[in-house]
This record gives sequence, C-alpha cells and structure tokens, in this order.
Amino acid sequence: MKYIHEYRDERIARGVVADIARRVSRPWVLMEICGGQTHTIMRYGLDELLPPEIQLVHGPGCPVCVTPLEIIDAAIEIASRPNVTFVSYGDMLRVPGSRSDLFRVKAAGGDVRVVYSPAEAVKIARALPERRVVFFGIGFETTAPANAMAVWMAHREGLQNFSMLVSHVLVPPAIRLLLNSPHNRVQGFIAPGHVCTVMGYREYEALSREFRVPIVVGGFEPLDLLEAIYMLVRQLEAGRAEIENQYVRSVSYEGNLPAQRIMEEVYEVRDQKWRGIGTISGSGLRLRAPFAAFDAESIFGLTEAHVEEPAECISAEVLQGLKKPVDCPVFGKRCTPDNPLGAPMVSAEGACAAYYHYRRHAIAT
Amino acid sequence: MCLAVPGKVVQAQERNGSRIARVQFGGIVREAYLDFVPEAQVGDYVMVHVGFAISRVDAAEAQRTYQLLEAMGLLEGEGLSPASETQEPGK
Repeated sequence: MKYIHEYRDERIARGVVADIARRVSRPWVLMEICGGQTHTIMRYGLDELLPPEIQLVHGPGCPVCVTPLEIIDAAIEIASRPNVTFVSYGDMLRVPGSRSDLFRVKAAGGDVRVVYSPAEAVKIARALPERRVVFFGIGFETTAPANAMAVWMAHREGLQNFSMLVSHVLVPPAIRLLLNSPHNRVQGFIAPGHVCTVMGYREYEALSREFRVPIVVGGFEPLDLLEAIYMLVRQLEAGRAEIENQYVRSVSYEGNLPAQRIMEEVYEVRDQKWRGIGTISGSGLRLRAPFAAFDAESIFGLTEAHVEEPAECISAEVLQGLKKPVDCPVFGKRCTPDNPLGAPMVSAEGACAAYYHYRRHAIAT
Repeated sequence: MCLAVPGKVVQAQERNGSRIARVQFGGIVREAYLDFVPEAQVGDYVMVHVGFAISRVDAAEAQRTYQLLEAMGLLEGEGLSPASETQEPGK
C-alpha cells in the first residue's frame, strides 16, 4: 500500500538508527504519547534497535485505557436496558468495568453492536426507530470530529432515538500535567500525528516554549518514528527546545479547519477524569446546549459515582511513563489480555498489551 | 484507536447532504466521508479514520521525506561522515 510500505524499509531504518547513534552523547528519556505509536515501536522492536542511551517511555495516549471506570459502568448500565441498542467501537467491549464488561452484557442477550464508524451508529438509529440507539463516543481529538459529525447528522435529520455517551479526552492538558509533575523525567516528546492532523500543532508549540522541551510531531510507521527520535536527539544534543513536524505528509501547522469547526460547534471543553490518572482540568469535551437532547448521560439520568481501581494494577504509573508494564508484579500472570485487570492490557494499543504481545517471550527467558 | 490509513479516492458522490467517497486500501474498497477534506478529488490519497477522511496526503512530501531518509541510509553504507545540516531530513 502506497505510503505504508515505503516507510517500513529495514535497510533505511538501520541507516537512521546509525545516524542517531552517532549523534547521542548521553542518556535521554523520550515519550511517545500515542498508543498507536507505542504499538509500532513494540511490534518492530524499534526500542531494541536504538542505542542504549535512548530510553522510550510510553504515554497515556490510549483512549480506551483512560476512559474512566465510572463511564464504563454507565455504558454497561445503559446497554443492559431492554429498549436500548448500544453501539460501540470494538475495543471497548472487553474493557473491565467495576463488575462486568460490555461483552458480557452482549453475551447475556443485550443488544450491543460493534461499528467501525460513528456514521454506522446513525444508520442503525435510522433503521430502528423503535429502539433507543446509544453510541459510545470515546477518543482523542482524532476521533472527536467524526463522533461530532454523528451527533450533527442526527440533529440535522431530527433523529429522536439517537444519543451519544461522550467520553472524549484532549492530549495537550495531559502533556502539561506530565511536565508539571515533580516525578517527570521525560526530556522530549513525540506528539501524536493523527491528533495533530486534526488540531495542527499550535498548542504543542506553546507547550514546547513554556516548558523548554523539544516536541516533534511524529507519524506511525517505523521510519516516521525513527526520524522523529532522530529529530528529538538532534535538538537535545544541540540544547534546542523547539516544535518540529516530522509527519509533514499529513500534518499542517493549522490542522484540519473543517474538522475543528464541527468540534467547536458541537462540543465545549470540560474537566475530564482519566482512568489511572485522575481529573485533568480542561481535558475533556461535552455536548453544547443545542445538542443536549443527544447527551446520553443526561437522558439516562446517570448519577456521578466514584469507583476504585483494583489495588494491584499499576496502570496509573504506566500511563504516566513512570513505570514499564514489566515492572508490574501481576503482568502476564494474573493480568493478561484474556483476563485483564486494567485497561492498558485490553486495547491492542495499551502499553501492557503491546508488551504482552511482542515481549513476553523475551521477558520470560 | 487513532489509527488512520492512507487510501486512494476512486469515486465521490453526494448523499444525505454529505460528500462520500469510495476509497481503495490495497485490495479493499470502503466508503469514507469527505466532509473534513472537501478539496479531495478522485485520484488523491486521503488518511481515513473511523470512516472519515481527516487529511489529503501530500504525495510530494511523502516522497521527499522518504528520499531524505534513504539518503541517510546510503551515507551510512558508504561510510561517510554524519550528514551535514543541509542534508538532514524534516526541515
């Protein structure tokens, strides 16, 4: 496939790695924010190709992983109702709530359906006027415009049986939280290329200036990530702290303006709880007043609850880059993708699942 | 979750107030909404995420980045010194 295969060329990758090795004079800790990038790094073993001075830590960029337990429980409660058709991205079905998960609701006869696109959820609502169709609207800024479009289309068509359970998260406030932490050891960030495709990188430029930290917008193929790492190392070794864009074939400074406009029309910013991290100010989205009739949380009258995480799960530290999945005493033992204790083991993009799929044999020996 | 895949627009039409494309990904063709990339034309490559195109791939930039990266590999193979600033990628 064009623009995929070219960026997986092993010969070129080794050349870039050699250039990184020539430039490195001391240890650097770099973080990739996005779970998709974590997945590429583990799948291709990029961290093992790099010189030992470069340590990659994995960020909180897996929306499935950071969706709060309370929202999962709310989804399970709504999906269990007899007149509801609950529509979700597939990744969410096995995420453990405090007592159950959506897959079990489906197995018990609940009408839970998996879709690839939020447009399909609207299609289902059109086709089933007698059902209350609820779409689980999760994701980062990459997904927010598509989910907003689903609400906007339902509004345009006057669909009265469609609503969205909204749990969106925004990346820049999470980076700010990490940088403000006294435990932070990250010296350079790879910003998420598809989030920036939508949002541009103005916000990352501001973070880079404020915290004097290099940030490179990176793509998702092995060569994209190696080049982004190379650009970070070049900045760090030269004492620079700037925003740079590696993923120029998709990302512009301004981002996607039509997508930003629909987000602005449909959503307003709110404080948002992140699973494993806690509430981050201004890091979430909710539907604006003109779209209140599509807000599943208020339609179904859900009450704010607080639920504790399993005590033995260290996902909070993993999601903040303070620990690696293999530092967890239950990793690969009591906690596996078939029986996950925490969300990073569920999604393929969760750091724990990525380590389990690509590293457990190496770890076992 | 933030996966977006490049595909080629092979057809585009209006439906229910949206412009919808048929996009080819390798051997598979799927529908994608073009609301966010109204400038996309048949023959263009677009990045598609959850059924919506979110950018038009800049083919010239894709090629240029690749060639710069390839040049880094070649320099390594020929045992040349580290690339000078003018030969570095990404600027």
